[in-house]
Amino acid sequence: MAGKTRNDAADALAGLLFDGMTIMAGGFGLCGIPENLIGAIKESGVKNLTVVSNNCGIDGFGLGVLLESGQIKKMISSYVGENKLFEQLYLSGELELEFNPQGTLAERIRAGGAGIPAFFTKTGVGTLVAEGKEVRDFDGETYVMERGLTADLSIVKAHTGDAEGNLVYRKTARNFNPMMATAGKVTVAEVENLVAIGSIDKDHIHTPGIFVDRIVKGAVYEKRIERVTTRPREEKASA
Amino acid sequence: MAWTRDEMAARAAKELRDGFYVNLGIGIPTLVANYIPDGMQVTLQSENGMLGMGPFPYEGEEDADLINAGKQTITELPSSSYFSSADSFAMIRGGHIALSILGGMQVAQNGDLANWMVPGKMVKGMGGAMDLVAGVKRVVVVMDHCEKSGAPKLLKECSLPLTGAGVVDLLITELGVFEINRGKTSVKLLELAPGVTLDEVKAKTEAAFEVAI
Repeated sequence: MAGKTRNDAADALAGLLFDGMTIMAGGFGLCGIPENLIGAIKESGVKNLTVVSNNCGIDGFGLGVLLESGQIKKMISSYVGENKLFEQLYLSGELELEFNPQGTLAERIRAGGAGIPAFFTKTGVGTLVAEGKEVRDFDGETYVMERGLTADLSIVKAHTGDAEGNLVYRKTARNFNPMMATAGKVTVAEVENLVAIGSIDKDHIHTPGIFVDRIVKGAVYEKRIERVTTRPREEKASA
Repeated sequence: MAWTRDEMAARAAKELRDGFYVNLGIGIPTLVANYIPDGMQVTLQSENGMLGMGPFPYEGEEDADLINAGKQTITELPSSSYFSSADSFAMIRGGHIALSILGGMQVAQNGDLANWMVPGKMVKGMGGAMDLVAGVKRVVVVMDHCEKSGAPKLLKECSLPLTGAGVVDLLITELGVFEINRGKTSVKLLELAPGVTLDEVKAKTEAAFEVAI
C-alpha cells in the first residue's frame, strides 16, 4: 500500500485539484487553518473554486489570498466580517456567497461525512435561512431541513499527526477540522509535528487515520493572530 | 443618567446564576465576564470550541491556537475543555447552555431579534447567533436603546432580516430593562436606569409596553 506521507504541500495536492471543484478548509478565523496547503492551492492557479470554510481569512492571509488571486467563485461561510475585500467582491457581484449559521454549517459537514443526507434543526426557523427549505413540526416545535455537505477535497490542519493519518488538534485550533476531515472525497492534512507511528496515545487521537488520505508536515507556520488581547502584568500582583 | 456600557454589562451579570454554563457575545456582552459575582461558579462557553474561558493572557504569552469567538487571544483555566465546532453547537442547539447574552440591532415586541445583516450595506454573517437564539434556554439582549440617528430599536416589528423569531427573553438598554418573554406576553418595563424618566423611554420606544417597575 502506498504511504500517506507527502514531502511538501504541493506534492500533497498533486493530481487532486481541478477548476470548479469544491474545497473544505478547516479553521476558525486564522486559528487552525491549513496555511501551507492554502499557499499550494494559490500556487497551483486552480480556479472557480467553491470554498466551504467558517470564515475567509483576512486581507492578505489565510483564504484571503485566494480571494485576492480571484480563484474563489463561491464561499459557504458563517461570518466574513474580518475581510474587506470579501465585502467588496460580494457587493460588486464578483463573488457568490452562501451564509450558513455556524452550528448548521458544522452539522451539515458532520452529517455529510457521516453519510447523512439531511437533518432537521431549529436554527434559522422564521429567518431568511429557512426560505425555500422544507419545514416540519416535531413535538410541537418547528424545524427546518438542512442538507449534509461534502466536498471534492478537504484540507485540514492538526498539531500532531503520524504516517497512518491519525491526528491530534491543539486547543481551539480544532474547530471545524475534525468534521471536515470526514467530509472530503479526499482529505489532506497538514501538521506541525509528524511523529512516528505509535507515539500518539491511541486514546487521545481526535481524527482516526481512516479519514485522512494524505499527510504532510507544513514547511513553515506563521500562525498569525487576528486580535492580540492581553492584560497588564500588574494584575498578577494585585490579584 | 443612563447606564454606561459597563453598567449595562453589570446589570446583565445579575442574570447569571451559580452553576450556569453561559455564552457571551461580542461587544458589551463580553464585558459581563468582569461582573461575575465573587463565589459564583459560571462557566463561559466559546462557540469556536472551548468551555471554561479564562482571562486575556499577559503580554508575550499569547497563543495563536487559543482564541475566543471574537478571535481575541484568551487563556485556559484548570477546568477548561476543548472540542470541535460540531460538539460546541451540540451544546448550544441541544439546550445545554443556560444563558446567552448577545448584542442586537433590533428587538420587536413579539420577541423577534435582528442582529446580523443590513441588506445592501453590511455583509458579515450571522456566525453562531442564529444557533444560540434557537437553542439556548434563556436569551438576554444588551443593546443601545436607539440607533445613532435616534431611531428606536425596540419596535413593534423588526425591519431588518431576523436572527430568530420569538427568541428574546430580556432586553437591557442604557435606559432600562424590559421583559420580552419571547413575545408570549406583552412587553414589561421592569427597571429604569437612574435618572431616566418614563417619558424619555416612551419617546424613544416604538414597541408597546406595560410599566411594571
